[in-house]
Amino acid sequence: MANKPMKIRAWVDGDKTQVKAIIFHPMETGQRKNKQTGKLIPAHFIKEVHCEHNGRDVLTCLWSTAVSRNPFLSFRFKGAKSGDKIRISWTDNQGEHDAGEAVID
Amino acid sequence: MNQTRRTLLRASMAAGVAAVASAAGLLSPRAVLAAGWPKPAFEAESVDSVLAALGGAEPNDSQDVKVQAPDIAENGAVVSVTVETSLPNVESISVVARDNTRPLAASYLVAEGTDGFISSRIKMRKTSDVIAVVKANGKFYTAKKAVKVTLGGCGG
Repeated sequence: MANKPMKIRAWVDGDKTQVKAIIFHPMETGQRKNKQTGKLIPAHFIKEVHCEHNGRDVLTCLWSTAVSRNPFLSFRFKGAKSGDKIRISWTDNQGEHDAGEAVID
Repeated sequence: MNQTRRTLLRASMAAGVAAVASAAGLLSPRAVLAAGWPKPAFEAESVDSVLAALGGAEPNDSQDVKVQAPDIAENGAVVSVTVETSLPNVESISVVARDNTRPLAASYLVAEGTDGFISSRIKMRKTSDVIAVVKANGKFYTAKKAVKVTLGGCGG
């Protein structure tokens, strides 16, 4: 479950905008066992992340179970200005989804 | 109405349509990648089959692709990997851990105007190369960096 809202920071750096984000998600591989019961913990991971600037896709992430827990992401793009909106949304393999927004500094 | 269920249904229908279209040869590999999660590439079990599934069976090593990762990763569950490329018209960047059971860790579709720069963290099962696969101008370019993993990060 997405217990905590994701964190997004975005700021203008010269002619580019730098974005850093952390999504809180367990990213279970499906290979780990519950130590008490010995049963496998089912895979639970984010498959797709869409990063949008004012409604335009700037980056799409396709992820597997090999992305670390509480995934961190950093990227840069052109064409945004201070005050614009960044929206990041994700969907995982169990159909859960969440989104977060930030204003560019 | 159950919102989660709706989303799942919609997602699985979209995936079904994409699968049918690609089976019929209607879509190029690039379009397949853009159309959703590339299951065959993520389920491939060797670097060669990952590349084949992505559509770039014969990539070139390139000086213009740089992979930054630690020389020694104490914890294989969190290996910071940064890929940067100065190549123009980057379409996608993929991160591959060679000796993982399923090597393809992540694939990023880069829109026009977005830099060929991605930084994130991946899990590595054991010591191996991390390979960055960049698709630019329809061609595939790679670069790699050896990472020594002290404690594997996939099972446990």
